[in-house]
Formats: sequence, C-alpha cells, structure tokens
Amino acid sequence: MPEAVQRAAWGQTRRQDTWWVEPLIAFIVFTSFIVYATYRAFAGGHYWVGNYLSPFFSPELWGASPHAFFGNVPSWLPAWLPYSPALLILPFPGGFRLTCYYYRGAYYKSHWADPPSCAVGEPRGSYRGENSFPLIVMNLHRYFLYAALIFLIFLSHDAWKSMWFLGNDGHEHFGVGIGTIILTANVVLLAGYTFGCHSLRHLTGGLFDVLSNKPLRKKAYECVSWCNKNHMRWAWFSLFGVVTSDVFINLLSRGIISDVRFI
Amino acid sequence: MSKATFSVWRGDKSGGKLVDYTTEVSEGMVVLDAVHQIQAESANDMAVRWNCKAGKCGSCSAEINGMPKLMCMTRLNTLDLSKPVTIEPMRAFPSIRDLVTDVSWNFRVKKTIKKFKPRKPDAPDGTWRVQNEDIERPQEMRKCIECFLCQDVCHVLRDHQKHEEFIGPRFLVYTAALEMNPIDDDDRVDDLKFKHNIGFCNITKCCTKVCPEHITITDNAIIPLKERVVDRHYDPLKKLLKVFGPK
Repeated sequence: MPEAVQRAAWGQTRRQDTWWVEPLIAFIVFTSFIVYATYRAFAGGHYWVGNYLSPFFSPELWGASPHAFFGNVPSWLPAWLPYSPALLILPFPGGFRLTCYYYRGAYYKSHWADPPSCAVGEPRGSYRGENSFPLIVMNLHRYFLYAALIFLIFLSHDAWKSMWFLGNDGHEHFGVGIGTIILTANVVLLAGYTFGCHSLRHLTGGLFDVLSNKPLRKKAYECVSWCNKNHMRWAWFSLFGVVTSDVFINLLSRGIISDVRFI
Repeated sequence: MSKATFSVWRGDKSGGKLVDYTTEVSEGMVVLDAVHQIQAESANDMAVRWNCKAGKCGSCSAEINGMPKLMCMTRLNTLDLSKPVTIEPMRAFPSIRDLVTDVSWNFRVKKTIKKFKPRKPDAPDGTWRVQNEDIERPQEMRKCIECFLCQDVCHVLRDHQKHEEFIGPRFLVYTAALEMNPIDDDDRVDDLKFKHNIGFCNITKCCTKVCPEHITITDNAIIPLKERVVDRHYDPLKKLLKVFGPK
C-alpha cells in the first residue's frame, strides 16, 4: 500500500469554489421530501378530489375514496394500528429512490459526508462502502425497479381517469383541468426517471457483450440509455412532480384552491 | 502581461510546505507553462513530471486549487488569479519530490486483473468478426490515458486508503473494457466482488468529474460492472431460475 500524503480532516480542502452548495441543496430538498412524505403517509386524508387521486396514495388498495380497489379499510385491521392507503404502498417508490444509483451518490455526500464533496475531507476514518450490511442491500435496486414499473401502470391509469369528469347528467365527460395537467406531467416525469434506471439499462441490454444480433434489445437499450443520460434531472423533476401533485390535490380537497377546467 | 502567484507544494515524503512564487502570465497559458516558467526563473530544482503538453500522456496530474487536474490542460483564464493558485501533488499517492508522486501502485494493481483472453477465432485465418456497434462500449474505456486523476479523487483511496483492497476507478474502467469486449472470453465478475471489492465504490461520480478524457466512468463502466455482480451474487430470483429453470 502506498503511503499517501496525508488524510484530510473533515471539510478540509483547497478547493476555492462553492463545493458545499450542491450537497446543501440536496440535504434540504431530500430531507424536506422525506419529512413531507412521512407526514402525509401517516396523516392520510385529503388525498383525492373527484377523479383526481394523489400519487402518494396510488394505488389505493383499501380506503375511503371511490378510487379504492378493494373498498373501505378492512374491519379486521386492529383499530390501534395507524392506517392510511399511503402506508401500504409508499415503501416501494421510496425504496426505489433510496436504492437508486443517482440518489445514493447524492445522499452519501449530502447526508453522510462520505465524502462531503469531491476532494473534500471526511468525518470518519472507517469505511465499509456497499460491501457489507447495511449498504449491501442497495444491490436489491432492481426489485424496487420492478415495483416502480408496476406503479407506473397505476399512475398512468390515474392520469387517464383525471381526464374524465362526472357531469351533471351523471355521465363521465372528457375534460382537462389543472389537475389533469399536473397528474399527466407527473406520470411522464416518473416514466422518464424509471425508464432511465441503471438497473433497467443493464437488464434491457447491458448484460450482453453483443447486442447487434438482438435488434429489439438493442433498441430498448438505446432508449433506456437516452433517458439514463439525464437520470439526475429526471430524478429531481419527478420528485417535484410527485410533491406538486399531492400538494395540489391536498389544497383542492381542503377547499383552499379550486381547479380550473380548460376543456 | 500581468502577474500571478502560485503556491506550489515543495517537499518529499518526509514532509513539505506550500511555497509562493510570483511570475508573469499571459493569454493562452496553462498551469504547466507557469510551473515551467517558475522552474526557469526561481526554482530550478523543482520536480515536476510532464511529457506531451497535450493532455494525452497523463503525466502532469496534480491538484490545482484542490481539484485533481492535468496541469497542461488547465488554462489560467479558468482560474481566479486574484488569489494564489495552489498546485499540489496527488494526495492518494506517496510523494517522491515536489509535484512528483509514486504511482507505481497502479501498475502493480493492473497485473492482478485477468488479461484479455480471446475466444476461438471466427475465421480460418485466425481473425474475428465484430460489429462496430458492439465495440463502441469498450472503446470508450480505451480512451483512458492513465493519468490516475480518478484514482486520486476517489475517496476510497484518497481518504480511506483502501489500496490493498480496492482497485479504484481506473482499473474498473480497465476491467469494463475487457469484460464488455465481444471477443474476450474470460470472466472477471467474481474477482470484481471478492478480490477487487467493487462494493467499496459508493458512486459519488467524482472520478467521472475529473476525467480529462470525459469517460463516463461511473455510468458506463462502474455501474454496469456492479450490475453484473448483482446478477451473479445478489439476485435471488436469478439464482432460483438457475436452479429450477430449464437446463
């Protein structure tokens, strides 16, 4: 082992740029998201209005809204157990983001200072990386991807439903409101993020050394690689997309704002 | 013509310090030009390794204002010359003298990676047939000039000094070039997990940021290799399919 110059102390660097801005923004945004999502998941309520359903609560398996697949909360569920439809499903998209290659790199810097930024000294001397427990579980990312792909189907269904409004005649009519646009944009952003996943890139074609004899896989690999090039941007925009959708429906449900129908 | 100050690390493995040198700078100069000028004017015993002055030999790696960079490719107009510009040797490797470090560890590591092992030739004349599109991925990795800036910035080596356990981004790129090569027939996936400890990489992408050849190290080399390790060692579904699936 070479005798390196000297281990830098925590935060020590000769960098003159504002290296701390990026991890600080990531720290604030990611922490705020986790706090908000946790609050919404436990608080429940105000997550649907008419044909709009918040993505935090979709798919709604059991719940009080007409969007619930299996009707109301089952009676056998102990009353002391906190329940909201989000508690059943949020671990899957949450796990997808937690184990995502982009987010890992970002929050190891912002929340774990390992390292705080490139060429900046770290607080801890010991290091195990993703070689052992607990971070070894990051290797299960592809299983969260499978769940995320299924969730995309439900969220696309929600976006479709957001285009059909109940009219005074008791029938559903096509329409476009602010909610329709927000929920549709949300699913597009989530699709861009999910289809650019590094694990998906591997599973579609990355695992092969030769792709020229597999035209379908090659096309899929190229499409995923295209999304993957901007995976970070998709990750950020889709994060804001989900929060915007939930905040909009929450405020709408509380009567604080009202929807505008364009069609 | 204007003047600029450069704080250059002077010393050897027993220790050293930053020494300020002021010299005249002009349009188009790079950091290596300034170092050569300082050598000529006021410090002719200053040790600096360099060769091509074109960003192709990978010799003049150093830390400029704290970031690993090639001195020959860092133009002065990209730096704030109102403050002294610090020039230091790479921190992940032991110092020999001044800006020169001992990077021989890298060459020892390279020998531990299974060499290129071609499959049986496709044609009777002993040659292979490969589509251009299949060689594009390994070709990106072959742009590497072995400047070792990625090794220097990698915190696993730089801060945690896992040189005995981890091969670092440069050699993950090298392994990716071999693993993805359509002619190569050897298997390095087990070595990546057990011997080269790819799991130490926590994908902070610093290696990609400093690469002067703009190789997408993390996305196109390290993560694809990590996924190949996952395929074999961390995917229970694949293991089940292997056991119960069609033989």
